[in-house]
Amino acid sequence: MELAYTDEQQAFRAEVRSWLAVNVPAEPLQSFDTEEGFKAHRQWEATLNSGRWGMVTWPEALGGRGCDLIEWLIFEEEYYRAQAPLRVNQNGIFLLGPTLMEYGTEEQKARILPPMATGEEVWAQGWSEPNAGSDMAAIRATARLEGDKYVVNGQKIWSTRAVWADWCFGMFRTDPESERHRGLTFILVPLDSPGITVRPIPQLDGLPGFAEIFFDDVEVAIENRLGDEGAGWSVAMATAGFERGLMLRSPARFQETARRLVELYTANRESADRDPAVKEAVLRAYLDAESYCLATYQTACRLNKGGKIGAESSTNKIFWSELDQNMHAAAMSILGARAELLSHAPDARGVGKWLDGWMFSMSGPIYAGTNEVQRNIIAERMLGMPR
Amino acid sequence: MDFTFTEDQLLFQASVREFLTNEVTTERIRASWESDSGRSDEWWSQLAELGLTGMTVPEAYGGLGMNELDFVLLAQECGYVALPEPLVNTALVSVPLLRDIGGEIAANWLPKVATGEAKVVVGLAQNTLVEDAHVADLLLLQQGGVLLAATPEQVSLRHNESVDPSRKLYAVDVTGQPLEVAAGARAEALIAEALNRGALGSAAQALGLAQRMIDSTVQYTSERQQFGKPVGSFQAVKHQMANVAVQLEYAKAPTHRAAYALASGQAIAPHAVSHAKLVACDAANLAARNCHQAHGAMGYTWEMDLHIFMKKAWALANCWGDAGFHKARIGRTIFADGAALGAGATFG
Repeated sequence: MELAYTDEQQAFRAEVRSWLAVNVPAEPLQSFDTEEGFKAHRQWEATLNSGRWGMVTWPEALGGRGCDLIEWLIFEEEYYRAQAPLRVNQNGIFLLGPTLMEYGTEEQKARILPPMATGEEVWAQGWSEPNAGSDMAAIRATARLEGDKYVVNGQKIWSTRAVWADWCFGMFRTDPESERHRGLTFILVPLDSPGITVRPIPQLDGLPGFAEIFFDDVEVAIENRLGDEGAGWSVAMATAGFERGLMLRSPARFQETARRLVELYTANRESADRDPAVKEAVLRAYLDAESYCLATYQTACRLNKGGKIGAESSTNKIFWSELDQNMHAAAMSILGARAELLSHAPDARGVGKWLDGWMFSMSGPIYAGTNEVQRNIIAERMLGMPR
Repeated sequence: MDFTFTEDQLLFQASVREFLTNEVTTERIRASWESDSGRSDEWWSQLAELGLTGMTVPEAYGGLGMNELDFVLLAQECGYVALPEPLVNTALVSVPLLRDIGGEIAANWLPKVATGEAKVVVGLAQNTLVEDAHVADLLLLQQGGVLLAATPEQVSLRHNESVDPSRKLYAVDVTGQPLEVAAGARAEALIAEALNRGALGSAAQALGLAQRMIDSTVQYTSERQQFGKPVGSFQAVKHQMANVAVQLEYAKAPTHRAAYALASGQAIAPHAVSHAKLVACDAANLAARNCHQAHGAMGYTWEMDLHIFMKKAWALANCWGDAGFHKARIGRTIFADGAALGAGATFG
């Protein structure tokens, strides 16, 4: 054990830090769930990519830097520390990208990954359906192979970023006789295809962060199938583990929120201490964010040395999503009567982005598999409790 | 950056686990409750033969010269079996304190601790009572700002019964003229380090205790049937256990980091220890509560083994600094002006 960065890792951190210092927009971008904000975030992805910072874990041939997991964690620490924009193409770069690298053909990788890296093609996800939420194996949207194309019909819902995205990926039932997780195929669909209707769904903040997608005889070239026909479930699950979770929600994100929370508390200590629970919550939030960081480094180091990830990785989603809620709840308590003010309200000075974060934190225990489903997985696969 | 244990450290852990799970059974723990001292010379000499009592003793004094990081996984295993013998306090508190006091007293006692001939215990003001004072051949006692080295003849002991029958606690009155081994700033530093090592030992044992309670509960709820099914198949039971597993999983790395920080003398060590102590003992207390609930009325009986682990978890949460002490210490670092916090600050 050696809990210190190497000279190379320190140099890498310095390089990230100095690039971000010059390039991160001085003013925060508008939410990427607005049309203008979406464009600005797309432009930011291009800027990042021009510095080869778009996806540092990708191979150099694809515009990445071939970084290992520790370097990825360092990059993220600097990224959040610099308060750089959120990643508008996270469905693509963090979720689909790694899956493509594992299951995609050379043609698919060459065609899909470069415009993903530059933000020219932004991806939405199409997992859930009205009757397939936590029970994802209940998918009913179909894809029928006709010659060299699939004809897709059905409906997807809660499709994050679908309002302005260019593509979506998801699972479709290719074998009409099949049930549950068999007979599903992973297909990539251009969202400008004839027969597609996207209906925005306003979220808690009123912005259309997700959408319904209706497919009405949509024709999709067979080249856009990822993996074999009928193998959709295993393609979707294979990379759903630790690394993908790490890409999506690395500890830095929560450590920065914890740091801002401590700052908020110390700046408002007199009023905050009227409720003794607040100090306790701030302290606990800080420790939990640190615990998440330490545990992530421990796992990353083990994987770097060729270790395998186990069922214990399913604990992380519960841990960070509840931490995020707890941190924002504490902030709302500290802000008191101002907490309900939208950030543009004339007297909302100092309220910052806590309210937006609080609302978003409510989605954490739901998306990417509800925490109740995660608890079942932990109990059955990690602890070995009976089904 | 390397946050992994070495092959040797993991192998040692595995062999100690095998020894402890074979030898320190709940039947034998219950039998130890019936003996006068509650301690077993047989167990102690076996632990000495394995090199465990001398593990942190410097090689010059017949030990293995290992540190907190080498011992932390073994302390977890001691927790897993709820070992009644004072091995964790010996290896993590008494031996390093003797070593740091140095001089003649270290030269006299460390070799005997390594061979298992002698037991040395440490009594700090923070703990009020002294564990295992009745079997000690030497007592290192904090008296105000001074550290004393007392022989059994120089003290009188008053037994205080603990809820955990394995824990033997004594109020110690100094009646003779013990040797003063440190005073002033030096004593203060030695006492602070002893407290940190004791807290690390408690945190590591808490991890083992929590895991043991989970394992026992998974087994019990897989067998116990109600409504025609194992009770462990009900989500209400599963989710309680999953909550314990989550807390436990995220208490491990902070505990290992605390061991590393102590072993390498990092300035962050007191903060890291407090972090570990808080989260590990919270995980063990949650395990105690939820596992007790999952055992139903059986968990409330003396007959069921669960309470052996539960009661030790309760006790460890409040020794070597209770939650109030450790939270105050964390608060002093994170709420200080100019504290280095947030992303990238964890490893300094």
